[in-house]
Amino acid sequence: MTERLLTARDLRVSFHTRDGDNQAVRGVSFHIDAGETVGIVGESGSGKSVTAKAIMSLIQPPGEVIGGEIEFRGENLTGLSERKWRKIRGNQIAMVFQDPMTSLNPVKKIGEQMTEVIRRHRGLSRDAATEEAIRLLREVGIPEPERRIRQYPHEFSGGMRQRVMIAMALSCQPELLIADEPTTALDVTIQAQILELFKRLKDNPDTAVILITHDLGVVAQVCTRVIVMYGGMIMEEAPVEDIFYRPQHPYTIGLLRSVPKRGGGTRERLVPIEGTPPDLLDPPPGCPFITRCPHAMDKCKELPPMFHIGPGHRSLCWLAEKDHPTVADVKAEGEDADV
Amino acid sequence: MSEGAERKVLVDVRNLKKHFSKSKDLWGRTTEVLKAVDGVSFQIRRGETFGLVGESGSGKSTVGRCLLRLYDYTDGEVRFDGQDLTKLGEKQLKPFRRRIQSIFQDPYSSLNPGMNVLELIGEPMNIHGLYPGDERKEAVATLLERVGLKREHLYRYPHEFSGGQRQRISIARALSVRPDFVVCDEPISALDVSVQAQVVNMLEDLQSEFGLTYLFVAHDLSMVRHISDRIGVMYRGRLVEVADSDELYDNPLHPYTKALLSAIPVPDPHAVSERIAWTGETADSEAHALREASPGHFVALPE
Repeated sequence: MTERLLTARDLRVSFHTRDGDNQAVRGVSFHIDAGETVGIVGESGSGKSVTAKAIMSLIQPPGEVIGGEIEFRGENLTGLSERKWRKIRGNQIAMVFQDPMTSLNPVKKIGEQMTEVIRRHRGLSRDAATEEAIRLLREVGIPEPERRIRQYPHEFSGGMRQRVMIAMALSCQPELLIADEPTTALDVTIQAQILELFKRLKDNPDTAVILITHDLGVVAQVCTRVIVMYGGMIMEEAPVEDIFYRPQHPYTIGLLRSVPKRGGGTRERLVPIEGTPPDLLDPPPGCPFITRCPHAMDKCKELPPMFHIGPGHRSLCWLAEKDHPTVADVKAEGEDADV
Repeated sequence: MSEGAERKVLVDVRNLKKHFSKSKDLWGRTTEVLKAVDGVSFQIRRGETFGLVGESGSGKSTVGRCLLRLYDYTDGEVRFDGQDLTKLGEKQLKPFRRRIQSIFQDPYSSLNPGMNVLELIGEPMNIHGLYPGDERKEAVATLLERVGLKREHLYRYPHEFSGGQRQRISIARALSVRPDFVVCDEPISALDVSVQAQVVNMLEDLQSEFGLTYLFVAHDLSMVRHISDRIGVMYRGRLVEVADSDELYDNPLHPYTKALLSAIPVPDPHAVSERIAWTGETADSEAHALREASPGHFVALPE
């Protein structure tokens, strides 16, 4: 039986700007079980990174969490003081960002930076912390860690630095690791190495991972479950196989069709999603995808409920209404409490 | 590619080298040289798309910039439509500057924020003395509609557009002087996935409509395969393999190409990925010249 690690309910985040409120996240609910690897996919402005920051309580003004709650191991984290948050961040929930160049202190040796974290969070002695740092670096695939810990960040390549960041995030043995576009700034061969690392983490039952990315290839390779976001909302959520083989939401389908098919030869015309994402200062009241959806109908001006497509598979689209019950109905009957 | 083989060569790059001085001593003498491009030769035929792939630092963008003569190259030759550009001064280059245009990665920094769309697209026309007077506005508006924007957008400024729309403006600007050859340096990598396909389709349409020839520089290997007729793989300033795109992906010969292709994350959870590691030894120890392994397929490996 899997253990529920994190639950987000109706999360809402807005950024107060001169032109009005940018509603970056508009009612997002999902859960993460212990040990699983969940991908959050979306384009820029879909709200995927803001959702991650909200989980870590890292939303800064002009941003504000205006609604919803987050539960971690049954404890409500909403409204927790910054002091208490500092105990959770790093210890239980850790985060890795896109750019490993700016996340490390350039004038401190890698070893010092790592042992500082390990000593603070785990209370180890200096020697024990150094040993632990070496062990972690070796685990993320850095050769000669004994020599490497005496070097500065500039002596590391981009991929190596990202591995150091992941090693640091893992150093406190978090139960949840949030990685925000961890490979986007890297070359493909380096990306492949980092993805191998995430694949190994997938088999580690002690650490759950939320992988935020815009790259469907990355999701397919690493994740067990996928959440597709658009316009600040979850459009579809499903086990990774369902997302790629049985996508339901027109946005997911459009996203999959707009990338070149594997082995699809050259000059096979791509099928783009026409138009541009919605303006979140003034989002359409109904489905956020209405302006670009090939199936848009009158009904879409009203926001659909989540429909229950199958086990762990839900879609926010009226097209599912005919053949599928809503998630709320299913829940009321207590059949599939998983969604 | 049988018909392509008969097409005329438009761009002929021969043993191109571009070295940068990495550090200088007290007297300003170069002590360390960075060989960004170190002996690259390839040909692009009229009407085709030549893809250039490689990782950061491989020199692919530097090749593009050399073809645009944004850099003076250290050694080698670039022939455009039979004319050696190497020997031309800025004044003699001007007609070629019209015929060779560029689109860059970042549509946020490549458009002057203080100019409206009419001025942005009209500027190259002005420089090259095309469409004088009243004709210009009409020509710009037509072009704007051709790239999927509207006549109303003429007096708007770059900040009023999304990334995809800005890239459309960049494309219109490049096409405003009726070029023959366009260097596209990572033209879609800053765009969202759903918008990338729009821009790629448009580039393909414009190519067949205006008979354009493209150099498509990118690191997104699946998109490069999609758009290119032929592809060159760069590694540390050299071409290690050149082939028709399907041939390159189906039958890569160089170990680096194999490693690069095996690293692409395939958007299919069932795909069995077997990553081929690349140690870099082969290319480090000896740099080989390209040789034709099979018709049209060149690789830098010993026989």
